[in-house]
Amino acid sequence: MKKSKWSLLLTLVLVLSMFLAACSGGSKDGDEKAKGGDEGTKSDKPAEPQVLNILDGEEIPSMDSSQATDSVSFEVMNNVMEGLYRLDKDNKPTEGVAESHEVSEDGTVYTFKLNPNAKWSDGSQVVAKDFVYAWQKALSPDTLSEYAYIMGPVKNANAIQTDGDPLYGKVDQLGVKAVDDTTLEVTLEAPAPYFLGLTGFATFYPQKEEFVKSQGDKYALEANTLLYNGPFVLNEWKHNEGWQYKKNDNYWDKDNVKLDEINVKIVKDVATSVNLYETGQTDITGLSMEYVDQYKDHEDLYTRGEATVFFLRLNQKSEALKNANIRKAIDMAYDKQSMVDVLLNNGSTPAYYLVPGEFTPGPDGEDYRKTNGNFGGYDLEKAKELWAAGLKELGKDSVELELLNYDSDGAKKMGEFFKNQLEKNLPGIKVSIKAQPFKQKLELESKGEYDFSYAGWGPDYQDPMTFLDMFITDGPHNQMAYSNPEYDKLIESAKKETDEKKRWETMLEAEKVLFEDQAISPLYQRGVTGLQKPYVKGLAHHLFGADVSYKWAYIEGKQ
Amino acid sequence: MLRYITKRVFAMLLTLLIIATLTFFLMKLLPGSPFNNQDKLTETQRYALNEKYGLNDPVPVQYINYLGKLAQGDLGYTFQFDGRTVTSMIANGMGPSATVGFEALVFGTLVGLVLGIAAALKHNTFIDYGAMIVAVFGIAIPSFVFAGLVQYYFGVKLQWLPVAFWNGPEYHILPAFSLSVGVIATVARFMRTEMLEILGTDYILMARSKGISKNAVILKHCVRNSMIPIITILGPLSIGLITGSLVIENIFAIPGIGEQFVKSINLNDYPVIMGTTLFYSFLIIAIILVVDILYGIIDPRIRVAGGKS
Repeated sequence: MKKSKWSLLLTLVLVLSMFLAACSGGSKDGDEKAKGGDEGTKSDKPAEPQVLNILDGEEIPSMDSSQATDSVSFEVMNNVMEGLYRLDKDNKPTEGVAESHEVSEDGTVYTFKLNPNAKWSDGSQVVAKDFVYAWQKALSPDTLSEYAYIMGPVKNANAIQTDGDPLYGKVDQLGVKAVDDTTLEVTLEAPAPYFLGLTGFATFYPQKEEFVKSQGDKYALEANTLLYNGPFVLNEWKHNEGWQYKKNDNYWDKDNVKLDEINVKIVKDVATSVNLYETGQTDITGLSMEYVDQYKDHEDLYTRGEATVFFLRLNQKSEALKNANIRKAIDMAYDKQSMVDVLLNNGSTPAYYLVPGEFTPGPDGEDYRKTNGNFGGYDLEKAKELWAAGLKELGKDSVELELLNYDSDGAKKMGEFFKNQLEKNLPGIKVSIKAQPFKQKLELESKGEYDFSYAGWGPDYQDPMTFLDMFITDGPHNQMAYSNPEYDKLIESAKKETDEKKRWETMLEAEKVLFEDQAISPLYQRGVTGLQKPYVKGLAHHLFGADVSYKWAYIEGKQ
Repeated sequence: MLRYITKRVFAMLLTLLIIATLTFFLMKLLPGSPFNNQDKLTETQRYALNEKYGLNDPVPVQYINYLGKLAQGDLGYTFQFDGRTVTSMIANGMGPSATVGFEALVFGTLVGLVLGIAAALKHNTFIDYGAMIVAVFGIAIPSFVFAGLVQYYFGVKLQWLPVAFWNGPEYHILPAFSLSVGVIATVARFMRTEMLEILGTDYILMARSKGISKNAVILKHCVRNSMIPIITILGPLSIGLITGSLVIENIFAIPGIGEQFVKSINLNDYPVIMGTTLFYSFLIIAIILVVDILYGIIDPRIRVAGGKS
């Protein structure tokens, strides 16, 4: 033991001396340059430099609002662009380019009054036709926007996207009209109480046609081939290294924007992020599972619930899973609480539902989740009973099922846990696990080649419907051969309902039907854990679209 | 010599073509689409997107199309980032990757040589054992473990050097050093063994007995002759650096190209899979070629066909 310690020490000393001898020449200059860059703070500003330093895990895939599909792009755009409305700290729509709006009595026509002070970063005014241009562009068959379906609530949006429809490609038939420079009229297919929040989503941002066309295929590829109308502008964008936001002096609400500069660096390794946090080079870092224990009692630790729900698809193409008793038995036969506590340990909570908690308040102000409560839960005795009944109906005494899984370490552990619990608690079940890279897994799922599938769903807009309409018969995202005419009818009528209260009740009813059928076995609602310096204040976190707004953030107490 | 090189270059192109063909068809066996939003796309949208990128064509047709473009030097566009060509991705990422790799190779070889020579000259002394312990550890500890250790001690604990990023010369030290550990170890061991063997040969004894000074013998005869096996292993070592840099770039947040090698496969980003595979294959084949040519220059005994030129 002692010997090995000595040799280790010896090794380190030797290696170190070699390396110092070889490198001491070139390491001095340039050191200060990186650290002392922000001297030019003006005297009339708040005492502290308003600079935020953060990390992101990925390069920005797209800055074209009609093309973006991922969370990094959405987040950056949310801070340098602005739609008609944007989400505030409480995730309620607040004024963006629009300063007010009126809704027609039947809830289908929205008339937005635009703020004449809303400017592009070149100083020109943001006008109604900038919205018309951007929305039509997103739906045009030439653009092939992967997120165009999000415009579904707008009149004719779906028909314009459907090949073979008489309206296919006729973007001028879209329900959006520039009445004059500051009046935008939007017609919806059916009332959608969540539409206001949706106008803060990237695909609904404006684009200035003249500028876009002048840039050609260079548009939005670099920081200077893009116009901004949000609280910040992209001052610098070094591909694969990071980017820098600067406060936008042309922004209509610049008095409420406190940060002058946000520096974002791309770091993919969690250990590196944590080390950068420890040395004060980043003000925020996310933590992966293995770090949570280490920082459990750290005062900077935060956990936050997200609106993404993970669940097992139960594929009814499988003979066994077509049986309702079998499906119910499976849902009750594993302990979700300990699964979340032991395997995830990151602020996630066990899910006994489809529509996430603290996501959508109803017309009565009560959270959807609170009103509908939980469905099912860990109950071994009942699980065994239902299992026996199910097997009897099938006329079998053993069942073999395959779990289609992601290939990440975390997911693999979850898969093992699920297999282990089921095989222990349900006599005669055998679970095999097939772990696949993300995209390959999705492909197998959409082909229906699995029995169980570990799946997740995040909301596209702030309404239970974004989860519920996934499971209508033959819906594109059903992918598990679930079909219940009663469920279809409820979803259909909720989509047409003009009375907000009735609509809400129909949606509550729909989830109940889904769980009477035990169509899925919910796993957990995802949470995130990380470290954030106490002097970072006023960050607004969102549950769909962009994750964060920096508009109201500021630094206080750093010095 | 010239004929030999032309022949080798031709064989190299053929190898690349075979690699391209195999990769292309293997890649098409992967299920899934290259689109970023795959889980939320509907069938009709997917069909339209596939049509746009020519992915609805039969695979052999796609293959011919790809080769046609490849012949014109067009590697296509990535699916991950808007409007970025694979060529520009490789060009931008290659700089940092190559820099770290090259620094590690040079630093590692120099230190390895010094360690190896010192160990051989002071055979069976404290220095010899010390150097060999370093070598054993260098081989046993993977570079990413080492990277994590030096990042923590020199970056976080002592704060002598930056934890990560790619801004100036001081940012190169930790990554290049972590990456060079394997090189130091391998070179040191080879050098020591070779030196010991040559120190015991008759011609060294002969040179010494002619009255040539010890230092001159060591430098002129011993070290030079020991270098031959080092050249041999530099080829495989550089290839090892390429794969090692993949992890090192991640740990030190270096904007290199290594990451794409694996990521593109997971994302079904077909043009990038082809681009990086061809690029790395080219690099490796070229290194092997250069090493083969260097042989002939350093050791006249290893002359390739053609002999006198």
